[in-house]
Amino acid sequence: MASTVIPANRAPAPTPKLNYLNNGHTLKSWLLTTDHKRIAVLYLISVTAFFFLGGFFAMLIRLELLTPQGDLMQADTYNKVFTMHGIIMVFFFLIPVVPAVLGNFLVPLMIGAKDLAFPRINLLSWYLYIIGGILISHVMLTGGVDTGWTFYTPFSTEYTNTKIVEAGLAVFIAGFSSIFTGLNFIVTIHRMRAPGLTWDRLPLFIWSNYATSLVMVLGTPVVAITIVLVAVERLFHLGIFDPRLGGDPLLFQHLFWFYSHPAVYIMILPSMGVVSELIACFARKRVFGYKFVALSSVAIAVFGFLVWAHHMFVAGISLYAAMIFSFLSFSVGVPSAVKVFNWTATLYKGSISYATPMLYAFGFIGLFTMGGLTGLMLATIGIDVHVTDTYFVVAHFHYVMVGGVLMGYLGGMHFWWPKITGRMYPEAWAKLSALLVFVGFNLTFFPQFILGYVGMPRRYWQYPPEFQALNVLSTAGASILAAGYLLPMIYFVWSLRYGKIAGANPWHAAGLEWKTTSPPPTFNFDETPVVTWEAYNYDEIPPWERRAPVAR
Amino acid sequence: MANQVDALYIYLLVVAGFMTALIFLTILVLAIKYRRVHGREAQQIEGSLILEITWSVIPFFVMLTFFIWGAVIYFRERTPPADATEVYVVAKQWMWKIEHAEGQSEINELHVPIGQNTKLIMTSQDVIHSFFVPAFRIKQDVLPGRYTTAWFKATKPGHYHLFCAEYCGTMHSGMGGDIVVMEPQEYAQWMAGTAVAPLRETGKQLFSALGCATCHRFDVQGRGPNLVGVYNKPVLLEDGRTVIADENYVRESILNPTAKIVNGFKPVMPTFQGLVSEEQLNALVAYVKSLAQPPPGTAGLQSQPATFPAQTEKMQVQ
Ligand code: HEC
Ligand SMILES: [Cu+2]
Ligand SMILES: [Cu+2]
Repeated sequence: MASTVIPANRAPAPTPKLNYLNNGHTLKSWLLTTDHKRIAVLYLISVTAFFFLGGFFAMLIRLELLTPQGDLMQADTYNKVFTMHGIIMVFFFLIPVVPAVLGNFLVPLMIGAKDLAFPRINLLSWYLYIIGGILISHVMLTGGVDTGWTFYTPFSTEYTNTKIVEAGLAVFIAGFSSIFTGLNFIVTIHRMRAPGLTWDRLPLFIWSNYATSLVMVLGTPVVAITIVLVAVERLFHLGIFDPRLGGDPLLFQHLFWFYSHPAVYIMILPSMGVVSELIACFARKRVFGYKFVALSSVAIAVFGFLVWAHHMFVAGISLYAAMIFSFLSFSVGVPSAVKVFNWTATLYKGSISYATPMLYAFGFIGLFTMGGLTGLMLATIGIDVHVTDTYFVVAHFHYVMVGGVLMGYLGGMHFWWPKITGRMYPEAWAKLSALLVFVGFNLTFFPQFILGYVGMPRRYWQYPPEFQALNVLSTAGASILAAGYLLPMIYFVWSLRYGKIAGANPWHAAGLEWKTTSPPPTFNFDETPVVTWEAYNYDEIPPWERRAPVAR
Repeated sequence: MANQVDALYIYLLVVAGFMTALIFLTILVLAIKYRRVHGREAQQIEGSLILEITWSVIPFFVMLTFFIWGAVIYFRERTPPADATEVYVVAKQWMWKIEHAEGQSEINELHVPIGQNTKLIMTSQDVIHSFFVPAFRIKQDVLPGRYTTAWFKATKPGHYHLFCAEYCGTMHSGMGGDIVVMEPQEYAQWMAGTAVAPLRETGKQLFSALGCATCHRFDVQGRGPNLVGVYNKPVLLEDGRTVIADENYVRESILNPTAKIVNGFKPVMPTFQGLVSEEQLNALVAYVKSLAQPPPGTAGLQSQPATFPAQTEKMQVQ
């Protein structure tokens, strides 16, 4: 791509004397900061650490499954390993990753505010997350848990002798971190939008974080209560879930999935918001059907609360309950499909760049489509009976949560990296890593669909030899995937020092966050912006900015 | 059943494959056609209500076909035929215990003849397990404290994997076994190989040994209801509800008698929770189910019609 001639008056201003990064260098200035951008950076560092920890456990799982026999580790160890993988990835990575890192950084910037509504509560959220994280690491180092991240009763309450209560406490505390983040976002989005920034002018990223926050605030307390009940039964043997004590084991599953199904929308919705931003910017277009994309986020959040029992079609719920939940689950499919179609339609007559963030956006649409369609297969109850609790389900939710959430997150990280750090990442390396992630991902998880249909149950430490070939493929894919994830880690750090200076708006993107310097000053805007334009007004951006931006 | 599930699965694969291809190709074509070149600018398009409606409504109707077809198959999967042979399954960490109605019991193996509808009446002694036979496309969680059921009909002789599909602790992945499907003659030989008392006989002995018979009598009205013909019939409860006396009801009546009090009776039946094992419970249930007719040797319904007021009353209520 030809290099862009940047007009003199647009030349990247020398990094402003004072931005949020160099405004205070002491450790204390970071650990006691109330600046949403610094808190976002704190989150970035901590979720990245947990991502690699969870990834380490994933590698152990894949290595054990290279051979049919359980040979690398003991059965109990394996069970603890996949439990840790699940707990860390779900509660300490996927749930916070996009809202707490990108959301924290961008929500105030995108709406032209100085900070979130409750900056100290925002800091408290991070501390709660860290306390939860320390606790779970402590559990991991002192014996672990072996229930799977789902903590099914009565196994978790009366049978296992691992550290359930401590692990539950960790999740409980981390849960409050997301409740507070959600509250903060809701209040901020309601109260602190810049003058002129009406709801129908909000970036879709804001809409999706708003919907996510609703789910966080309404759903998380339920899982918190459930954890308390598990602890009570475990510690005091009050009959809640164990039938021997007069409890009902299915009650746990209802409560758990009442939160944990909406939780998958906590994970995916913010990434969907990211994808909308990316596609608009790199196709230079207003998102097709803006209102439908915005409202579909809210629809997903609301419907998401009505489908929890689709995790329980073989658990012993009644025939007719299963049918109703099957039907409702299909209903959530509609708003998700609407999003995919609208993103695709946005490309039409666009001016499409293949910069790395856009590649991730393409990757997201592809993998999310496959994750969603296999989700419809699972909602088809006659099929679910056969494939639930097998590797089919494992593949399905990795397509949605890793293929979806992580692609969106990485796309967003590349897109806003210049804003966060003031530096560009190296484009060629980034393209390579995007390719590795896409190929590695499919190689890892596609074989698992087949494995599931031919009958390999999940959470198996050993398996019949006929399943080996597919498992070997999957492990091979996981190694490629790991390389794909390590690369950005390296070049992002590298770019902090050697990356090209980005300037305020390297992508010539619309959106308030690009109207301030990179990295932004502590209070974001020198003067409060007044919004007189619609979202994604790419046609109004001056012509020299509409030309191909730097992408190399 | 496997064929029906596979047919639906193929339909889903075709639709999903088509949708995936459609979206991938559209993106590919658009991304190439409208790639960024100098001198061409994006054209803004607002959106289109008609398109939005189209791509909401069409997928909805396609999904409706998934739903209906899936529900039909699920209904069959969950409804055992009336003539099915009953097999009791007790799951425990980490083994499957199978009890045939004729009394044979086996561990981690289930022998069945081809062509037989087999109904599994399953419970767990400890945590939740799941009975999964991929070849038959059946899976059902097995819960402590209640019965869940599943059924299948094997059509080809052979050995098929039985897996536990619900994570249940250390040796979850070792909690497997074999479904051995045999030709009928072979199966008959296998059955004849071990002489054992049928489950209902064991149950009958327990029924008197545990003292059930002192209250549940077949001759005169005892302190408890006459159990003849109770199974699978509606029962009027004291609180006015009517429930069907299925396996779970009988089970609950034994373990937790006060949960549902039969109309016209006092809550005097003691709980047998902790006094009977899962296997004994299965035998008792099998026995109560077998009481379609008054057991031979006891005075029957005909001779003592007046002794069953509560029983006849509740029959009429249905
Ligand atoms: C002390 C007397 C007594 C003994 C001993 C007793 N029962 Fe009962 N049983 C009752 C009474 C009274 C009822 C009806 C009230 C109720 O539902 O609890 C009843 C109800 C039942 C029912 C439900 C019947 C219906 O018509 O719906 C079943 C089944 C049953 N008992 C089985 C057993 C079995 C099996 C045993 C032995 C393990 C047993 N009972 C021992 C008194 C007794
Ligand atoms: Cu779900
Ligand atoms: Cu198991």
